[in-house]
Amino acid sequence: MPVLQLRNVSKHFGAIRALNDVNLTLEPGEVLGLMGDNGAGKSTLVKIMAGNFPPSHGDILLEDGPVVFHQPIDARRKGIEIVYQDLALCNNLTAAANVFLGREIKRRFGPFNLLNYKAMTEQAGRLFGELKSETRPHDLVRRMSGGQRQAVAISRTRLSNPKVVLLDEPTAAISVRQVAEVLDLIRRLRDQGICVVLISHRMPDVFSVCDRIFVLRRGRKVAEKSIADSSPEEVTGLITGAIHAA
Amino acid sequence: MPPDSVPANSSVAITDVIGIKESTLGQRLFANQAVWVAVAVALIMALMSLRYPDQYGTEDNFYNITRNFSFIGIMALGMTAVIITGGIDLSVGSVMGVVGIVVGLIMHQGKFSDSILYSWYVAVPAGLATGVVCGLFNGILVTRVGLSPFVTTLGTLSIARSAAVLLSQNKMIYEFGWSGQQFFDIFGGQFIVANSVWLLLVMTLAFAFVLKATVWGRHLYAIGGNEHAAQLTGVPVVKVKLQAYVFCSLCAAVAAIMLLGWQGSAINALGTGYELRVIASTVIGGTNLMGGEGGAFGAFVGAALIEVIRNGLILAGVDSNYQGIFVGGFIILAVLLERVRGRKRE
Repeated sequence: MPVLQLRNVSKHFGAIRALNDVNLTLEPGEVLGLMGDNGAGKSTLVKIMAGNFPPSHGDILLEDGPVVFHQPIDARRKGIEIVYQDLALCNNLTAAANVFLGREIKRRFGPFNLLNYKAMTEQAGRLFGELKSETRPHDLVRRMSGGQRQAVAISRTRLSNPKVVLLDEPTAAISVRQVAEVLDLIRRLRDQGICVVLISHRMPDVFSVCDRIFVLRRGRKVAEKSIADSSPEEVTGLITGAIHAA
Repeated sequence: MPPDSVPANSSVAITDVIGIKESTLGQRLFANQAVWVAVAVALIMALMSLRYPDQYGTEDNFYNITRNFSFIGIMALGMTAVIITGGIDLSVGSVMGVVGIVVGLIMHQGKFSDSILYSWYVAVPAGLATGVVCGLFNGILVTRVGLSPFVTTLGTLSIARSAAVLLSQNKMIYEFGWSGQQFFDIFGGQFIVANSVWLLLVMTLAFAFVLKATVWGRHLYAIGGNEHAAQLTGVPVVKVKLQAYVFCSLCAAVAAIMLLGWQGSAINALGTGYELRVIASTVIGGTNLMGGEGGAFGAFVGAALIEVIRNGLILAGVDSNYQGIFVGGFIILAVLLERVRGRKRE
């Protein structure tokens, strides 16, 4: 049974047609590579799934029927986590504070919601450890490297029990060793039955972790096929338009 | 998946460093602007006391200094909340004016009637409510309508001042009816130092706690750091910002009531120009006008520094027209200091 379906989804921004009549079905425990050139509509597609904005036409269906997301936390409550391309971090806060932003571990004390620093620091530390990142929970994000920031953003998706994790260019800004860690994490998520959607320009990443690829060109789906039946050359052709459809 | 199920060996090196803080307590104090301003305040007071022991180092003068900056300090706490979110509130001086007139008018009626309605029991809550209304007005326009805080609160500055003039019919209110004496004793009274100073102390400690230890405080900083990210991660941005503006106006109302209690008269010019002194105090105390940084103690010591300089110049016999130059100089110095620290941090 699919965890998420998009049916005939279109998105217009004024006269610009960012997405045109796209159908997409996500199964549990699969990794989907979402590919396409700049402006092909990849980010628009994941942002619709993450609740950043509603589609102009078409429906989003979860296991228990159609849903309408008004804001990102609506999607998060339904088990859809996203790592944004710009990571959505607050530079003036610590790594631990960023991981738990918007869902702090708190203790009730009279009229106050107190922050449980200890629990959040420990859990953030464990999550960073899991990513094999040298990120310390107390460090300010302002002082961190690209890879450490990425680890903070990815750690957020581990706070809940998500059904779908959307990763928008998670390996664009990080070192070779950290790329391997992120790909390992994607495999672990898949093994737990979580569906991962990976947006990436890096062909080797896509071909090492993805089960299926989904190629967009100018807002339309041009291919959706098993990775075993495709090749980097074919995908490159599909992205650029050298191959029209597959 | 709960993170507990991570195999222990996968995080050996990482868990070892979790406990390491990025800096020692000493380093943190060193990097904290509020600490430096506090040192400056103590230094100026010590030097002045040595130089002018008979005029400066007296109980009376200490009482005067602390009382004078308590009103600005209380307002600076509210301003700190707004500035941390990346906003600004220019209307606090005018809010103070209109609150003073509302409280004064209600109590003035107590001259003609023994009704409880015309006592401070009603007037003070009405004054606080006036502050809340002003804060809601600012907050709703900024958060819901999306207007710039600078322009919105500039408008409120003008509106609230006009309202104060109209309500007072341009008259000074100096008769406070049957509950007046009790009002002055409570709000304008003293215990070693003025009651407004005690209130400032309590409010500073409480606000420092709220900023550091509560979810609301954390969200203020998050909004100032990256409002868009805060929105995306589920921080109730609109609610928190609205509450910050209400808190700021409420602080101005509290300061107005304390000032009224001490002065014993309400004029519609009450608080004119205070917004700049309040913002100056906040900035001198290390709160970043770009948002995301600042604290309660900064507001306290920033207000103290301005008053200590002002008072010191008077007692040293410097022409009072020089005050603006000195205070202005310190504001620019504070921002320069912030800039130097900022460069080191990046």
